[in-house]
Amino acid sequence: MKNIFIILSKELKTYFASPMAYIVAAAYLAITGFFFVASVSDAFSEASIRGYLAGATFFMIFMSPAITMRLIAEEQKLGTLELLLTSPIKEAEVVIGKFLAAFITVIIMIILSMYFVIILYIFGDPDTGPLFNGLLGLLLYASSTLAIGLFASALSPNQIVGLVVGSGILTALTIVDFVASRIQGIGSDILSFMQLGASFSVFDLGALGVAESGHFADFARGIFSVTDVVFYISITIIFLLLTVIILESRRWR
Amino acid sequence: MIRVEHMYKNYGPYPAVIDVSFEVLKGEIVGFLGPNGAGKTTTMRSITGYLPPTSGNITVSGFDTVKYSLEARKHIGYLPETVPLYLDMTVTDYLTFMGRIRGMSRKWVEERIPKVIDHVKLGDYRNTLVGKLSKGYRQRTGIAQAILHEPDVLVMDEPTIGIDPIQVVETRELISQLGESHTLLISSHILPEVSTICPRVLVISDGRIVADDKPSNLSQRLSGNERIELGVSGIDPKTLISAIRKIENIIDVRSDTRAEKLDQASKENYHPIIVDTKSNNNSSEKISKLVVDNGWGLRNITPLPMTLEEIFLQLTQTK
Repeated sequence: MKNIFIILSKELKTYFASPMAYIVAAAYLAITGFFFVASVSDAFSEASIRGYLAGATFFMIFMSPAITMRLIAEEQKLGTLELLLTSPIKEAEVVIGKFLAAFITVIIMIILSMYFVIILYIFGDPDTGPLFNGLLGLLLYASSTLAIGLFASALSPNQIVGLVVGSGILTALTIVDFVASRIQGIGSDILSFMQLGASFSVFDLGALGVAESGHFADFARGIFSVTDVVFYISITIIFLLLTVIILESRRWR
Repeated sequence: MIRVEHMYKNYGPYPAVIDVSFEVLKGEIVGFLGPNGAGKTTTMRSITGYLPPTSGNITVSGFDTVKYSLEARKHIGYLPETVPLYLDMTVTDYLTFMGRIRGMSRKWVEERIPKVIDHVKLGDYRNTLVGKLSKGYRQRTGIAQAILHEPDVLVMDEPTIGIDPIQVVETRELISQLGESHTLLISSHILPEVSTICPRVLVISDGRIVADDKPSNLSQRLSGNERIELGVSGIDPKTLISAIRKIENIIDVRSDTRAEKLDQASKENYHPIIVDTKSNNNSSEKISKLVVDNGWGLRNITPLPMTLEEIFLQLTQTK
């Protein structure tokens, strides 16, 4: 536990000592702000954060890998990974510490964006249950995307590779319903189940809600489903485990 | 302190280290010498627990580096070849982090860091970003992290590579000092460095240990040869060389082609010759007798010690 905390606090310091975190946070607030405003500015629009959630889930496809890309790739490039892994610390502690640092950074961004919620309560009468359910979904979704981003960062010493691979995986897991709807049978079911993000129908700006399919759809509609929670937690754990395995793979290569 | 027993390491089908065994006792300073790609770094990575050996056992301070890896790592200070530094941290922050992940308490680290910084003479740079330090000072920061947790064993991979000559001298002095209180294993492909710092040298070539001795013993033990530098006037070199060849136990006779010797010889009008002979059979006497008996002029006759470079080449090429 102590080791995780030491890695975590070092990574958090690095995030907030560089301009990167601030630039990403600014972009996050701008994009989600745009989606939020677009979704509530019609004459009879719904007082919900569905527009915000659509913007956030869409932007995290790029933002999460951008946040995590340096975490392991840079250590490989600088050679500090060798030092870290010859210190009395386990690979899993390194991975969890780094993941938590990225997760906390994203949580801070989400907290910064909460003035949207305050605005909703001032000018409207939103349903509190679905609202918090949606935010819970966003946190779970964020943790999955960060775990995937961290995994991509471990693949090579090149940060750009981490960014591209991470965004690629996330994009694929977002548009997978597009493929699933065009095939039949169990393959279609499996693909549908794998859908991580909101469908790209978020681009249908007239609706500006979150997609009708995928694990995130229920959260956005205000439905709490244990399956969806387990799905996101499983994805997070699986990709963190894969990251640990990559770090350990030097032992048998 | 370090015990390596029949270590093998393969990268896929390629053997990098083959049946390496050696032991480094407490307080010893051992040089680990070999050309690039001989297996030095691989062996060191196995000792530090970064890469487990394919087979064989390694223990550090009594802890097996595979079975009790975390425990073994606590006893090692390691400076890899590319000095691993976080460029966006200050020297003090970097050392604090390194101390903490090695399990030191915050208080202990805070007391220890000023001592280490003084030790490696980084005092003026304690709050400088590591990325702004010159290579020599980065090296010192690397050494500082290696000794921070007071390890029993220090493993340094090519500690003087890529820094300027003045800093090389300073770094060597620092390493010699460290040798007074630590068990040291230093790799290098620079021979004079090893012979000045280390009383014992392991030579590795193509993944095998080919020699393990004092630098001074290596030359005798290895070849059993002596080399004599000779200057003779009043005779053409061909006749001279063939005459010396007839003496028994002579291995090789040739003209000395080193530029500074040729220069001096042509000024003073004699022929510089190099003679390789077997040790302990008075070759110098026989050669000088030959020269004097023939009435040639003997300008100089000097025994040359074999340099570590030559021994090294001999060791790594013949086996």
